[in-house]
Amino acid sequence: MLTRKIAKRLLQMVIVLICISFLTFLLTYLAPGDPASAMYEAAGILPTEEQLETARLAMGLDKPFAVQYGSWVLGILHGDLGTSFSKNLPVGTIIGQRLLPTLKMALLSLAIMLVISIPLGVLSAVKRDGVWDYIIRFLSFFGISMPGFWLGLLLMYVVCVKLRLLPAVSSSSGFKQMLLPAITLAIAMASKYTRQVRASVLEELSQDYVVGGKARGLKYPRILWRHVFKNSLLPLITLLGISFGSLLGGTSIVEIVFSYPGLGNLAVQSVTARDYPLIQGIVLWVAFIYMIVNLVVDLTYDLVDPRIREAR
Amino acid sequence: MTMKKLGTFCKAHKAVTVYAILVLLIVLVAVFAKVIAPYSPTEASLRDAFQPPSAAHKFGTDFMGRDLFSRIIYGTRASLSSALILVAAAMVIGGLLGIIAGFAGGVVDAVIMRVCDTMLSFPDLILAIAIAGILGPSFVNAIIAILAVSWTKYARLARSMVLKIKQRDYIAAARTTGSRARHILFTYMVPNALPTLLTTAVLDIGTTILGISGLSFLGFGIQPPTPEWGYMLSEGRSYMQTYPWLMIFPGLAIFITVVAFNLLGDSVRDVLDPGKARKHKKKKRKLNKA
Repeated sequence: MLTRKIAKRLLQMVIVLICISFLTFLLTYLAPGDPASAMYEAAGILPTEEQLETARLAMGLDKPFAVQYGSWVLGILHGDLGTSFSKNLPVGTIIGQRLLPTLKMALLSLAIMLVISIPLGVLSAVKRDGVWDYIIRFLSFFGISMPGFWLGLLLMYVVCVKLRLLPAVSSSSGFKQMLLPAITLAIAMASKYTRQVRASVLEELSQDYVVGGKARGLKYPRILWRHVFKNSLLPLITLLGISFGSLLGGTSIVEIVFSYPGLGNLAVQSVTARDYPLIQGIVLWVAFIYMIVNLVVDLTYDLVDPRIREAR
Repeated sequence: MTMKKLGTFCKAHKAVTVYAILVLLIVLVAVFAKVIAPYSPTEASLRDAFQPPSAAHKFGTDFMGRDLFSRIIYGTRASLSSALILVAAAMVIGGLLGIIAGFAGGVVDAVIMRVCDTMLSFPDLILAIAIAGILGPSFVNAIIAILAVSWTKYARLARSMVLKIKQRDYIAAARTTGSRARHILFTYMVPNALPTLLTTAVLDIGTTILGISGLSFLGFGIQPPTPEWGYMLSEGRSYMQTYPWLMIFPGLAIFITVVAFNLLGDSVRDVLDPGKARKHKKKKRKLNKA
């Protein structure tokens, strides 16, 4: 059963991947001006008409659209994403350098987010309609409406400029340097997760087995943590997967605010420099990794929850 | 809607009324920016640069000596107009495509849905950044960039609603009696999907404002000298150490506006929620009898 499902999902993925590659390639076609002049522009050179002509021929711009697309896709299948205009390095290498910092940031911010939202969500559900519930719901509502870049700047102002606790420019080299951007990302996500934890804990609390447990004389904390909490974690897995995939794509705004060397920062740089091969490479990679993570999450969900597996 | 009906509605839904008034106030700020703003939003006077908040300049002045309060008031226009245009366009385009996909089925459905899947496989703003950057930074291109991604949500929603009612008897009846596809589409499908689409749209305005100001913050949105909150924030960022008000006030403006729209969206959803809507109808019937 599971193998058939995986096969079906993989087939769907291939179709979408073809669409993605087409869309990515189309992006440069939408661009005003041609890639040849963009290449010189990105490298900071004012080309002559002759140089442009040679470059156009070398890039195959005189060939029909389908041929250009075909040779581009063939290159990718051989692991060749092209050469960056602005950095004069293979696109794969440049993206590769950003992967570890991006992964570190994703994991750290998710960890901080869980530390914030799980206790708050559970507290909010257990003390439903109490003072704490209202305070937490109030905070999470405002958290959702908060612009991430503003939150980042405010944190930076208070922590780095006023209190001088942490460095303002972040890097991936140490925990301290990553803390502020990670907290910014975590707070932005925490509102959504707190709501989700609250909702699923409430749902589980209304189940019969809670009454049963009480009738059998089990202590409330034991029911809550051993049974209710464990069950209410399941819906979180999907959400966590989506967040993880999205974080692996880089978070442009927060990375720009803190000058963090992640993928999102690279994306903004490449777009600003009109570095077409690099833009294509990043967009393609981000979509690819996001899809893979979502697929893996879907499949683990099946493995973790026997009810879903048996329903099929 | 007559005044009396409006009155009854407001009494029955106090939350919606209060938040709608709040949003209306913000809209009025945008419309009457010229009256409210004490200075021109674009007139620079370098002698007055970086003045702290005072009686003459409520929020201080920026690096070109422009009055920050006036710029924020005028900035309401850019954020509101772009968000409203975007959400409306996404709802109409996405809604129609979704209804068509669900109604037609087959190849049409498959093509539209695969395009949706493609757009949805890009997390965060990455595709919007790429599109806006490649087309060249401008107001219109920023809207196109976000629209390219945001219509998919409405398409999926509309499609699922159409699939739900497609098998109903009255659609079959309409078909047997020889109604044209277009007739069925516009008399049954569209009105059926509309309330849900509208609720989603209202809930979406806040997020859209955040997205647009985010693009502008990165420099891919509305271009200077047009006052826009996201861009003002990125300008203020460079002077954060010495002139923090330049980044505090634009951010606050975004935050307040998004809060207002989110409050309205949540309350509208509560009203249109089927369970609660039924209760409301009962109440209304009682009122009518009395």
